[in-house]
Amino acid sequence: MNIILALMGAQTKLAQFGDTSITWILNILFYVIFIVFIFYGQRIQMYVMLREVEVSLYKLKFIKEEGRKIAVETIKEIGKPQADPTDKVDRFLEYFTIGPQNLDPAGVVWKLEHILDVRDTRFKDEVKSMAPASDEIQVNNLENTLEAASALNFIYKIIRHYYLLGKKTLSLYVIMQIQMILPLVMREAEAYASALKAFAYGQPIGDGAGALVAAKLMHGYETRKVAKDCVVATVPYEGRTAFVIKAEGPGGNVGKPGDAIKAVIEENEGKIATVIMIDAALKLEGEELGEVAEGVGAAIGGPGVDQYKIEDSLLKYHISINAVVIKEDIGDAVSPLRKEVFDSTDKVLERVKQVVVEKTKEGDKVIIAGIGNTIGIGQ
Amino acid sequence: MSGTSASTTTSRISSFVLLVVFITLALSLVALIFAAALVVGYFNVGNDLTGAYVLLALGILGIAISTYVLVETRRRLSKLKIAVPPVMTTVECRKCGVKNVREFQRGDYIFKETDPCQKCNDKMLITAIYREVKEKEKERFPF
Repeated sequence: MNIILALMGAQTKLAQFGDTSITWILNILFYVIFIVFIFYGQRIQMYVMLREVEVSLYKLKFIKEEGRKIAVETIKEIGKPQADPTDKVDRFLEYFTIGPQNLDPAGVVWKLEHILDVRDTRFKDEVKSMAPASDEIQVNNLENTLEAASALNFIYKIIRHYYLLGKKTLSLYVIMQIQMILPLVMREAEAYASALKAFAYGQPIGDGAGALVAAKLMHGYETRKVAKDCVVATVPYEGRTAFVIKAEGPGGNVGKPGDAIKAVIEENEGKIATVIMIDAALKLEGEELGEVAEGVGAAIGGPGVDQYKIEDSLLKYHISINAVVIKEDIGDAVSPLRKEVFDSTDKVLERVKQVVVEKTKEGDKVIIAGIGNTIGIGQ
Repeated sequence: MSGTSASTTTSRISSFVLLVVFITLALSLVALIFAAALVVGYFNVGNDLTGAYVLLALGILGIAISTYVLVETRRRLSKLKIAVPPVMTTVECRKCGVKNVREFQRGDYIFKETDPCQKCNDKMLITAIYREVKEKEKERFPF
């Protein structure tokens, strides 16, 4: 548009000097550009969009390749495999999980749980075969690393699919859709890219803020296994008994907090005054990183199986549920723990203690569950 | 622990784009030379300056566009790296309160007991692992 205006200006100026050949050339050039824009404007816009997607695709390809490289190198370094694990890693990156059929939704949660369990077992077996020298903690960390690499591979493939489809069909709407969501997709990809290193090194991540609060509460007390990959500690506080639950660290896993909470409730025959859940929550733009908020309900993400189980157990015994969350964005949630989030865990600790005092009376039993990936966090 | 940098940048710039940029640059320079010649002609024999104006404008425009494309392409490519900010580990002695902050080492985790304290010989504990990010100055919004 600026070029057209500039040409128009130049053409007008030249007209003052008389009918020179340059005036004619500029005149014709102006009309040609005008006509080209009338008929091919949309197509030009489409090529500009395609170019933008292409640039992002290059970046995604680079990130994906880096992810694969980091995964292979970490497996070689930690797992000491006898053969080159590259082929196995490539196969792992292509793994998929088919969700259960939900035409008849009754019992779909249990079907989903079963599929997720099978997937988890399969992933762990694969990692063990790739890295035979790794211990349980390292297997969990390697599994997380491979899952992040797999997510990057998937994002790359989806964007590439729409890019090529758009190029093939020259459909403005196919290209437009992908171009519009591209900034968000790139943000997520960059978040996974930084997660890769954190998982490979076993560093705590932002998502583990809830688990860290629970760890701070239970540190120094005896822990016992309560459900798959979950531990509980009995912590006395202001005359109350708190059952503090978290995923078993320091390996990267989220455990099964749904089963753990259910088990503790059943052990106490439903005599639990309240359940307090602590988790990291996605912040909205404009909110401060590490902001602490309080509410009610089961603060837990994931596919929904654990949330269902927790709500089911609470309903059975009419137990109240409180939630305390730490706000962070997707990038901070999967990358190494930010100082702001770490500092917020002390504020959450105070809030939780306050809720226990305000909502329960002496002699009551409460459950405090720290939700999130416990990578790099012991207990 | 340091961030991985991008591979060679030149191999990632399309050769066609480079060709177009350099041809535009060359033509723009030629236009500027011709414009200069026309100006010289104006002073020597009193030629019309219209051609010089147009060539000057085209030359500057061409140089501006080609430089912009080149800089923009390089800027995009320079972003091709996974930046990893340093992660710090705080090791503390619960008995005498000695505190050490060092770079994260593989195997560190929060609440891990590490080497004995140099002061009181009690086991030290990792109490924090975090990364510090220097935020750019935030844009001020009225809401």
